[in-house]
Amino acid sequence: MAKLITTQNMPGADDVYAMLIDAHDGKSKADSDAFNARLILTLINHIGDADIIAEALAVAEG
Amino acid sequence: MTMQERYPLAYKSYPYAKSPDQDLDTPVRHPVVVVGGGPIGMAMALDMALKGTKVLVLDDHEGIGMGSRAICFAKRPLEILDRLGCGDPVAEKGVVWNVGKVFHGEEQVYEFNLLPETGHKYPAFINLQQPYFEKFILDHVMALQAQGLPLEIRGKNRVDAVEQDADGATLTVMTPDGPYQIAADWVVACDGASSPMRDMLGLGFEGEVFKDSFLIADVRMKADFPTERWFWFDPPSGAGASQLLHKQPDDVWRIDFQIGWDIDRKEEMKEENVRHRVAQMIGADVEFDLVWSSIYTFQCRRMTQFHKGRVIFAGDAAHQVSPFGARGANSGLQDTDNLAWKLQMILDGTATAALLETYDEERIHGAKENILNSTRATDFITPKSEISHLFRDAVLDLASTHAFARPFVNSGRLSVPCTYDDSRLNTDDALEGGAARTRPGSPCPDAPLGDGYLLNALGAATNARFQIVAIDAPVPDAFAAHGVECDVVQLSAKDNETLRERYLGDASSAVYLIRPDQHVAARWNAWDAAGASAALGRAIGKEL
Repeated sequence: MAKLITTQNMPGADDVYAMLIDAHDGKSKADSDAFNARLILTLINHIGDADIIAEALAVAEG
Repeated sequence: MTMQERYPLAYKSYPYAKSPDQDLDTPVRHPVVVVGGGPIGMAMALDMALKGTKVLVLDDHEGIGMGSRAICFAKRPLEILDRLGCGDPVAEKGVVWNVGKVFHGEEQVYEFNLLPETGHKYPAFINLQQPYFEKFILDHVMALQAQGLPLEIRGKNRVDAVEQDADGATLTVMTPDGPYQIAADWVVACDGASSPMRDMLGLGFEGEVFKDSFLIADVRMKADFPTERWFWFDPPSGAGASQLLHKQPDDVWRIDFQIGWDIDRKEEMKEENVRHRVAQMIGADVEFDLVWSSIYTFQCRRMTQFHKGRVIFAGDAAHQVSPFGARGANSGLQDTDNLAWKLQMILDGTATAALLETYDEERIHGAKENILNSTRATDFITPKSEISHLFRDAVLDLASTHAFARPFVNSGRLSVPCTYDDSRLNTDDALEGGAARTRPGSPCPDAPLGDGYLLNALGAATNARFQIVAIDAPVPDAFAAHGVECDVVQLSAKDNETLRERYLGDASSAVYLIRPDQHVAARWNAWDAAGASAALGRAIGKEL
């Protein structure tokens, strides 16, 4: 039974997407990469469920 | 005949002496021969000899090797040594530590306290130089030998060849007086990571090679460092990719420098260069003596089977891990703990040789767990790719301000005893409400009991008996089945909250069947004679 939400789940998608892109403004490639890694780890902890992480990894794999 | 020393000795405890066996035309037959006189070989020999079996230890050296090598000994091995009668001197000499600090570059990322659980006879870990560890075991062996312990040690006896048939093995042994032969019903090879016995039998040792070297230095200083474990990722001194500082007894500190793969060993080992690295770390103005240093590389690998016919492998000979997590000597002692009672029952005829299959299964499970943990720690400490380096640094960055990221930090997951969850010797858990930590397959956790401790009441080293442990449940005074007499231990958790929490959980009573190595074989809410008989049969391999 899938636990990962893969249907639309968040209002204000444009705002959130803009927040993400803006956060990278002015960062070097190396700083952006490090930022992304910290962000992923932070969100992974928030999700707090290895099964959901595994499903998300599969989604990212494409 | 000269025999080359592979390492210098700290104690020349058993100098070569010619045995009358060497002059006989027919090889003398021994029930159990242990090859290797290190801590694992000695513990194995002691365990079997305490059970009354005649054991011969063959060591190609004449005593205990120099250098501290293993330093961190966990609770379970101390409990195992305590059952063999020498846990206390080891624990008393050892340094207990609970606080660790993790640094990244100049910055302290965080500090942790292991907050050890109370109600155990022994601490979670002690630090102790390996020669001391071995000496306490050997002193105990020698004291008991004087009282008739059937254990003989032959120094400078190097096994050069092994042949075996269905009933036993014949060893060709080199000595300063030339070669002779020994016959054995069983051979236990505890001859270390580069095990010549393994090579003689043509057995593989597969796994992952890590392209890195470690320089370890034991230094004596009167410095004011606290008794803590300090671990640096990317240390600011530039003296290595990672560094570890650990306290040992006698004002000695262990320092590990991770120095990379492409190094000039000879150059790095020069005293002035070692001293330079140490000074970079502890400060140029701190005075110290260099006690011992060495460079090692490591691999994570294991044998696919831990026995072949009549030759059984234990310790580093069977499995090798990286040093992160203190899983080498600690898991080796769990090997011998698992093996000794099984081999004794096979020798006694109460079990068949099939029981040995479960030594492989249970300890390969342990080896896999140790290899997995130490490989993960190694990958975190030495990231293999750019992206894994990126995530590693992201974890360390976050960990300094956010506690949630600290569980990701991995500078070694310290050895905890192995639970044999899927062992074929287990009977399905039948204790409703029982605590998970004492489910079948688990090593019994200690608990206070009267003026002493529970584990001292479970499983004398002098026999290979199972225990029936009843907690607030009526049981018969004696129980035997399948030719195995059990010890019956009756306890009450009424005024013992720790015992209640660890062994009853939400149940009001419990009956446990416990193996000679203090692992739980089965448990119920109340006495069930037919269930106990079936579980005992299963636990000695009747269903294999």
